[in-house]
Amino acid sequence: MDFRLGEDQRALRKGVRELLGRLFDREALRAAVDSPAVDRGLWRELGAAGFFALRLPEEEGGVGLGLPEAVLVFEEAGRVLLPGPLVATHLAAGSVPGAAEGDVVVTEVGEGLVPWLDEADVVLGSAEGAVPMRSVDPLTPLHRVPGAPAAVSTTEGWEAVLLTAAEQVGSAEATTGKAVSYAREREQFGQVIGGFQAVKHLCAGMLVRTELARAAVRAASLTVDPVEIAGAKLLADEAATANARDCLQVHGGMGFTWEADVHLHLKRAWVRAELLLPAARAEETVAAGL
Amino acid sequence: MDLAYSAEEEDFRVRLREWLAAALPTLPARPDPLDWPARRAYDCGWQRRLYDAGYADVHWDASPTQRLIFLEETELAGAPYVGANFVGLLHAGPTIAAEGTAEQRARWLPPVLRGDEVWCQGFSEPDAGSDLASLRTRVVRDGDAYVVSGSKIWTSHAEVADWCELLVRTDPGAAKHRGISWLAMPMDAPGVTVRPLRTLAGSTEFAEVFLDEVRVPVANRVGEENDGWRVTMVTLSFERGTAFVGEVVACRRLLGELARTARENGTWDDPVLRRRLGRLSAEFRALWRLTQANVSEAQATGGVPGAGGSVFKLHYSHARQELYEAAAGVLGPDALDLGREWTLDRLSSLSYTIAAGTSQIQRDIVAERILGLPKGR
Repeated sequence: MDFRLGEDQRALRKGVRELLGRLFDREALRAAVDSPAVDRGLWRELGAAGFFALRLPEEEGGVGLGLPEAVLVFEEAGRVLLPGPLVATHLAAGSVPGAAEGDVVVTEVGEGLVPWLDEADVVLGSAEGAVPMRSVDPLTPLHRVPGAPAAVSTTEGWEAVLLTAAEQVGSAEATTGKAVSYAREREQFGQVIGGFQAVKHLCAGMLVRTELARAAVRAASLTVDPVEIAGAKLLADEAATANARDCLQVHGGMGFTWEADVHLHLKRAWVRAELLLPAARAEETVAAGL
Repeated sequence: MDLAYSAEEEDFRVRLREWLAAALPTLPARPDPLDWPARRAYDCGWQRRLYDAGYADVHWDASPTQRLIFLEETELAGAPYVGANFVGLLHAGPTIAAEGTAEQRARWLPPVLRGDEVWCQGFSEPDAGSDLASLRTRVVRDGDAYVVSGSKIWTSHAEVADWCELLVRTDPGAAKHRGISWLAMPMDAPGVTVRPLRTLAGSTEFAEVFLDEVRVPVANRVGEENDGWRVTMVTLSFERGTAFVGEVVACRRLLGELARTARENGTWDDPVLRRRLGRLSAEFRALWRLTQANVSEAQATGGVPGAGGSVFKLHYSHARQELYEAAAGVLGPDALDLGREWTLDRLSSLSYTIAAGTSQIQRDIVAERILGLPKGR
């Protein structure tokens, strides 16, 4: 047993972090917030970098990596709030022509909601009767679709839950980092606020949530056990949403402004938490495994 | 990233499992948990069995992964835990093994492994609490002995211990964290008085210890004089890093028992309670994965567990208390019956966020040592 990242995995993570730093920096994020649309150029660059074809065999033009590597890549996507139906397009590579290359945008209906409906070239599942809503997340357009949500039953379905959880872990890590760097700079009462126990303890709690969720998500990528994936999603959702709230608190009044990125993390985390296997169903799934 | 165990590790697991299956049915009945002398005898008897079978030193000499397998298998089989040997096996032993001289290792380690000698921990003092370095127990050097005077509190297992890992101030003029030394003190030395403290669970598992000019040979000092704080940090990282590993497995077993009880008595039909058990199950599964991550790190670096132990302990101690709160919902009026093991364990779990460094201190450690936030209060 060696439950640490291997050398290739560390190199992959580093490479993806650098790539996303180039393709989607903070300026690009704020520009996208002002005009939310799938950036086709960015989508093709992601395709060219192997983001969608990551798990396709090399003889089919893919990268030939596995679910643990996909989890690392989606953690990075979550860190920078990369927008678009990334999970659905990644999972459709190999079955929907053009998805692997990033030429086609694929979305999927989940839990009575469908994201990016108007922007997608291909919609998996029935979006009949879809009604647009004013999405809480300015970077995830949403439609409501009628009918009760179906239980997750396929391998792809569980993989979608897991990759979404990985994005949540990335977001939780990012908000921890933002809170800590702000706490080290911002001065009040003649010292940086990171020296105050009340602030330190918020930050420590954020790290604990992130590490617990990360261990759960990475283990689930190895076991691919539905109960373990459900538990990982539950903890990752909680880490992303609670960390964003604590990060906002550490930022004080600044955190409540549109200019701070904290609200973008919180709103995306809410969407991801609701879109696939929300808490109640995740808890029921894990309970059924007892 | 690999969760599979090597063939060698699996072989160790299989042999251990077979041995446990044969050994456990021959164990005597468990003693009354409030009767510490009986518990000492029981726990030391179990340790002797482990020694004879070649498993006694698994906490020190085995690889971190082997230790993980040992703790997992013994818990899954429902074997006794270290109990009264907690300090000897998980604190004092590893510390002497890491910092002691050859003579000290030869004198103190074998009796711990055989279950012949029990240790207690003389770190905390009245009024000091989590501020461990503010200790006042002082010594006067007299020839080849330190003459120790002062008092200790929260001394686990003092009532039944043969030895005490004792922190004393050897240089009162030095800065707070310097001038401390780590001594092995015999509990039967003249001048040692033990006054058991009764916990809220009714047990006397810890005590106050009064020291009135107790002579401790200078040869009993582990590490250099005035270097005891560093030695102590080694001890504490063992405590946080590995001492709780097996308990995660125990919690997963308890949660399974609880779910069976809930299905039998109908409380499982309550969705709020059922979902609560589901959430706890997710947390303990994740804590086990976090343990495997920490053990992999320790295995790779060969070092003692670092601040990662604090991350684990923060969530674990809270989750364990939540487990017993959920249990109360399943057990109903039975949760008020002190004759039930659950009830006693529920009371005991209240110490988890205090002992071995409070959750508040652990958050300081995480914030300062991992996140790099400045010291300060």
